[in-house]
Amino acid sequence: MNQYPAWKYLLIVTILVIGTFYALPNLFGEDPALQITSARGFDIPLDLEANINDALIVENIKFKDWEQQGNRLLYRFNSTEEQLLAADVLNEALGEQYVVALNLAHSTPGWLRAMGGKPMTLGLDLQGGVHFLMQVDMDTARSQMLDRVVDDIRTALRSENIRYVSVRREGSGILTMLRTAEDRDRTLNIMRKDQSLQGLDVTELEAGEHFGLSVKVREQQLLELQQTALKQNITTLRNRVNEIGVAEPVIQQQGAERVVVQLPGVQDTVQAKKIIGATATLEYRAVDEANDAFTAAQTGRVPPESRLYNRRTGEPVLLKKRLIVSGDQLIGASSGFDQQTGQPQVSVTLNGVGAKRMLEFTRDNVGNRMAVVYIEQKPGGRKTEEVISVAVVREPFGKRFQTTGLDSMNEASQLALLLRAGALAAPMEIVEERTVGPSLGADNVAQGFKSVMIGFVLVLFFMAIYYRVFGLIADLALFANMVLLISLLSMLGATLTMPGIAGIVLTVGMAVDANVLIFERIREELRNGNTPQASIRAGYDKAFSTIADANITTLIAAFVLFLFGTGPIKGFAVTLSLGIVTSMFTAIMGTRAVVNLVYGGKKRVSKLAI
Amino acid sequence: MRILNRKTSIDFMSRRKMAFIISAVLMVLSIVSLTTRGLNFGLDFTGGMLIEVSYPSAPLISDVRDNLDDAGLDDAIVQTFGTASDIVVRIPPRNEEESDAELSTIVLEALQAGVEGDVVMRRVEFVGPQVGDELAEQGILAVVYAMIGIFLFVMFRFQWRFSVGAVAALIHDVVITMGILSAVQMEFDLTVVAALLAVIGYSLNDTIVLFDRIRENFPRLRKRSPIEVVNTSVNETLSRTVMTSMTTLLVLFALFIVGGEIIHSFAFTLIVGVLVGTYSSIFVASTVLLQLGVSKFDLLQVEKEGAVADNRP
Repeated sequence: MNQYPAWKYLLIVTILVIGTFYALPNLFGEDPALQITSARGFDIPLDLEANINDALIVENIKFKDWEQQGNRLLYRFNSTEEQLLAADVLNEALGEQYVVALNLAHSTPGWLRAMGGKPMTLGLDLQGGVHFLMQVDMDTARSQMLDRVVDDIRTALRSENIRYVSVRREGSGILTMLRTAEDRDRTLNIMRKDQSLQGLDVTELEAGEHFGLSVKVREQQLLELQQTALKQNITTLRNRVNEIGVAEPVIQQQGAERVVVQLPGVQDTVQAKKIIGATATLEYRAVDEANDAFTAAQTGRVPPESRLYNRRTGEPVLLKKRLIVSGDQLIGASSGFDQQTGQPQVSVTLNGVGAKRMLEFTRDNVGNRMAVVYIEQKPGGRKTEEVISVAVVREPFGKRFQTTGLDSMNEASQLALLLRAGALAAPMEIVEERTVGPSLGADNVAQGFKSVMIGFVLVLFFMAIYYRVFGLIADLALFANMVLLISLLSMLGATLTMPGIAGIVLTVGMAVDANVLIFERIREELRNGNTPQASIRAGYDKAFSTIADANITTLIAAFVLFLFGTGPIKGFAVTLSLGIVTSMFTAIMGTRAVVNLVYGGKKRVSKLAI
Repeated sequence: MRILNRKTSIDFMSRRKMAFIISAVLMVLSIVSLTTRGLNFGLDFTGGMLIEVSYPSAPLISDVRDNLDDAGLDDAIVQTFGTASDIVVRIPPRNEEESDAELSTIVLEALQAGVEGDVVMRRVEFVGPQVGDELAEQGILAVVYAMIGIFLFVMFRFQWRFSVGAVAALIHDVVITMGILSAVQMEFDLTVVAALLAVIGYSLNDTIVLFDRIRENFPRLRKRSPIEVVNTSVNETLSRTVMTSMTTLLVLFALFIVGGEIIHSFAFTLIVGVLVGTYSSIFVASTVLLQLGVSKFDLLQVEKEGAVADNRP
């Protein structure tokens, strides 16, 4: 009477087997591990593994095993102490060419991994780490863009030999003043043709004795530049994060002006923040040998082709406005000590264009001085520019050279890192930060696990007492529901957070609701004098539409939560909705299958244990 | 085992005047509390910084405060968190140019001062003022959109009177739950918004189950008055309502007691919400339904429309 066709049993068993299989990886723990990648994203050379093994053997550090995963090597250790020790040793042995990142590698057996089995990823609140929401300071970015356009106009005019009175910013536009009407027409022509001056709206204006051009950058152009700036910032952030050595970072654009940066497992958050938020770069400029810096500083009269800078010690330096080489033209940088003086230094490698310009300059200026300017852009548009070193050019050089004048080795290595990773195209500000220390993460896991277990066991117990055999069947379904939910979360690569655990707990509470509805219905049918078999059938049939309606409304709430929520709230919504879907399957189909097995075959059931 | 033995036939609907008074009083008290005491908004909405640290042994709060004063952080609020050796420092949002990277370092250094052993950083949360405003806006929008979605779904599956009843019950639940949060000054953060939405989902669950039964009973009990039909339906679903609330409350109490401080507000909100939601689905939704003059014709008509649509070629 109450029997499922064989294919339904088969379907249920298949789903449960697959579910169990993909839930399995969560049973295996995690190993402390080190992940080694090439700093510049190159392939790992074949002999690297031998080098690492040698270095570890020398220091007598044992590791569990190692493997190569594409472009990275992964070493597993038995304890965190050994992992940290090995990290120090390898950092020393491999140098700046490689990045050694601390990692937690899941110890899922190979055969499971081969089938795509992987455990749930723990969220930052569970494994510890940093979450940043960074906002690009678009006002400053726009202002910088306008400055760049001013420079471009000046360069274009100079190369065409047009002598201008002034090119300067005026509010949100740029004002160009010329001496003659003819100059103005030529300038207008250049602005229309020059590749670097696209997207400008130019209008003529009379300004007394001079001939003026008012230049506005089109909004469209500014928006495009903003987009580019944001993209470049993301790339730079990614480079920087790779340089710090973070195992599985998340760097994503959010909205038009924001970037989310998540660094799981990072412990030194102060350092991480410094490096992520910093916008330091270097500029190489010639010293103005013709004028005296002190007089210029005192009188305030600075020659037009020069600018006044300060050294770290506070004394003024006059430098030429024309840039020799800037941080953009840099392809490599590493820190070290100067062999003669023992001072910290940064060795710099330039790209082709930069090397050519540097060579031209140094060839013509042997005996003259060259200065290195250290520029740091802070949020809010403040900028510090300091001259960190002034040195006499002794012989021409191009591609590779050293810069000294830094205060400490720490500063040298940080500057080298920033130079390698590239500059941020626009300054960024941290607008939200959530850092969870590793100890709190571990506590959260323990508490979350405990509360799930306690809630789960209480419900199992309660159901078994209240509904007897049917209660036990519901318990089975509840257990299957947990397994399916966990396997779905694992397969989807969802991140498990504390609110996510709360979602699971809540699902447990609500998953029984479907069974309660069915069982109460069966009891009712029995009370009305129906036979047990008919009652089972009617109970399931009548309860179904109620369960469906009730669950769909909950799904609506979960869906809204997903749309409007951020981060952890999204996690809650995901677990809740998945839990509703899996519970529909286990609580209705799953329990029916078992009930049919127990009671369905019998011709005459006189009493139901419900 | 049975909690409610046999068939219950409690006359809920004759008590609906009293229920109405109780609900009205609770609503008014909630609104008064919300307007006078307000909600204890957490960092997510106010902006600012929160730093939780763990001391090797329980420190004197006054010492910690002095240390922070010395560091120029006289606006910091210091509290213990869970245990006596866990301390939370809250710093209101500032307008200064000082970046948060520097601020958290200053605080951590100040906390470490004069303490033997390591003061362990447990978590740092920083929310800029503009982000706080956005989160608040998103939270309100989420609740409003959830209600609109639910209203439409119920209208589609039942009828507009049912939608009004369901949404009235939801507003009732949300207002009273928030009122209680305000009365006990439980911290109101993003997880509480999630909990409120879960309360909406849960309370609705109850209401839908009842509505479903009412829809089923109208044609079955043709001779009875709407009040009797609703009353029978409430009684028939009562054991299920009580049972589900109990299992849900079991897990919620587990979460509340062992889930840790972070999940405290969340679990508390849900416990309150489940209790209020259970009450409201028995009294509020059905009362509104009756007040709007629901009758068997409402539902029959809906089915007829469906039948006509089906018969079209």
